[in-house]
Parts: sequence; structure tokens; C-alpha cells
Amino acid sequence: MDAELKPALIEYCIALGDDSVILGHRLSEWCRNGPFLEEDLALTNVSLDFIGRARMLYSHAAELEGAGRSEDDIAYLRDCREYRNLLIHELPNGDFAFTMARQFMIDVYDMAFFTELMQSQEPTLAAIAAKAVKESRYHLRRSEDWIKRLGDGTEVSHERVQAAFNQLWGYVNEMFSVSEQEQLLIDAGVAVDRSALQQNWHTAVQAVMLEATLETPDEDWTISGGREGIHTEHLGYLLAEMQFLQRAYPGQKW
Amino acid sequence: MKQQSLPLFEIFIRSKRGLDHRHVGSLHAEDHEQALEYARDVYLRRSEGVSIWVVRSSDITASQESDVASFYDPMDDKPYRHATHYKLPKEVDNM
Repeated sequence: MDAELKPALIEYCIALGDDSVILGHRLSEWCRNGPFLEEDLALTNVSLDFIGRARMLYSHAAELEGAGRSEDDIAYLRDCREYRNLLIHELPNGDFAFTMARQFMIDVYDMAFFTELMQSQEPTLAAIAAKAVKESRYHLRRSEDWIKRLGDGTEVSHERVQAAFNQLWGYVNEMFSVSEQEQLLIDAGVAVDRSALQQNWHTAVQAVMLEATLETPDEDWTISGGREGIHTEHLGYLLAEMQFLQRAYPGQKW
Repeated sequence: MKQQSLPLFEIFIRSKRGLDHRHVGSLHAEDHEQALEYARDVYLRRSEGVSIWVVRSSDITASQESDVASFYDPMDDKPYRHATHYKLPKEVDNM
């Protein structure tokens, strides 16, 4: 690969790692708060998958960078504006229906994204993608199942999951908008052209929502900025909790 | 959702190909499909198996404590039902 693309590739790995670590942390907040024991364990497993994914991406970025930063430095020693995750990942969990609606939307996206990324010219990214696809296939099986259960469940569960989709819908466009720098990597066959995934995403999501007797919200608002480091007010609080230990006791190890 | 309202499932795991499924425990789930997923998440987190069976606990018919006398005791005085009861000819090394 072209040496001048290296900074862009490092940014790309970090951005993907940010998506994973932020969602992984959000899901970890369900640990011991799950609706019942089995679901609590299952959600925590999913959380760990995302944190593991972030570790691989950060390690790879650190290795490419070769500047002595570790995966932990990347996760724990950057502030909000340096985080590059898509906004949907950082939203507070809300109720269980909101968490599952978000998870479902992300799982459909991740399945398509990482399937494409397996074709990357960058072998490490392709290998990480191959592992991620297996995980996401299971995540999607779970979240899709829950959307149908909640949507086609009781009046309350239907209302809640519909409300969740309505609140989340404005975060969808951002998932498919490509930056200039990303376009360079796409042209080099390294990155995934996310804009090409949008149509299939909508088809897949709407099919499940239809079966779950849910209505697809109108696209009358949209919000973005995560990939540029412009975040919602929620990310700061998340980082404050996630990074506390390393900030208070720098270099502390288990 | 109250956990009490969820049915109980018994979970059987095959740890390796060629081995039998073994009972590993139970869990609550809405239906068989969800029980399979939870079994995966609760009992297979450390690659403990390659196959899962789930059975609704209420579908299992179990022998009762009161059956002990008629079910098992009568076998105690029939040693000839065990191979070890018989003396083997010297020519047979193992059995």
C-alpha cells in the first residue's frame, strides 16, 4: 500500500476502534442491570466482543503508527474531540427497547460493513473483519429476534421499541456518509465504501421492522459529526467514567 | 418481563464430536429458540462445546423418590446380570 496513505489508514483503524469501544462500554453498563440473568450475561458477552474488536483495531493502529503509543493510550488518553466514533454508538442506553433497537441497527450495518472489509487490500484489516463478521452474525441473530419479540409483543413493548426507532432514525445517514480522506482509502481498495451499503441496510432493517409490526420513521431530521470529533453531550460523561482510572492513576495495571 | 413467567429449560452440551450430550444446567427463556441462544451465552463462553440441546423442563418425566423400592432395589440381588459375575476362561484376556 501507498506510504502516503498511512496516516489515513491509522485514522481509519482508530475510528473503527472508537465505534467498537464506545458501544462496548455502553453495553457494559447493562452488566448486573439486565432484565434477567440470562440476558444480562448475553449482553455482557456482546459488550466484550466489541471491546475485543476495539483492542485489535487500536493495536493495529499503534503498530502502524510506531510512535510508542499502546492500545490503552489510544483508548484512555484521548478526549472527546479526538474520538471519531459514529454518534449512534455513544447514545445513552435508554430502556432495553432502545438498547436493542440501536443494537439491531448497528448489527445490520456491521454485518454489511465487515463483510465488505474482508476484501480489504490491507491484510490485518481483512483478518479483523473476518473475526468481526462471525461475532456480528450472532449479535444480529439476537437483536433481530428481540426486535420481533418487542415489536410484536405487548402494547407497552411495541410502543417503546417504536419510540426507540423514532429517536434513532436521525443517526442513520451518518453511518453511510464518507469523508474525503476515507475516499482515498476506498480508492486504494483498503476501506469500505459505506455509501454503497445504505440501500441494502434500509431494505434489511425495514423487512424486520415490518415483520415486527413497526413503522419505519420519516427521515425528517439528521445529525452527524462523530467522524470529525463533534459529538453529542453524552460522550464526555462516558469517557469520564471509562477513563477515570487511567487518568487518576496513570499507567496503572491489573 | 418477570422472570417467574419465563419457562425453564434444561441444557445439554456436547463437548466434543463423538461424545454424548451431557446435562450442564438450566435457564429461563421465552421459547426454545431463545433458550438455545442463552445456552450459548451462559454455558459456552469458554468454548465448552460443539452442540447444544435444549429441552423444556416440564417436558421431562422423572422417576420419583417413591419409585425407588420397585424400580431399583429388585436388581440388587441379581448379580448374574453383571458380566463380572462369570468366570472367564483363561484364553480370554479381556472382556
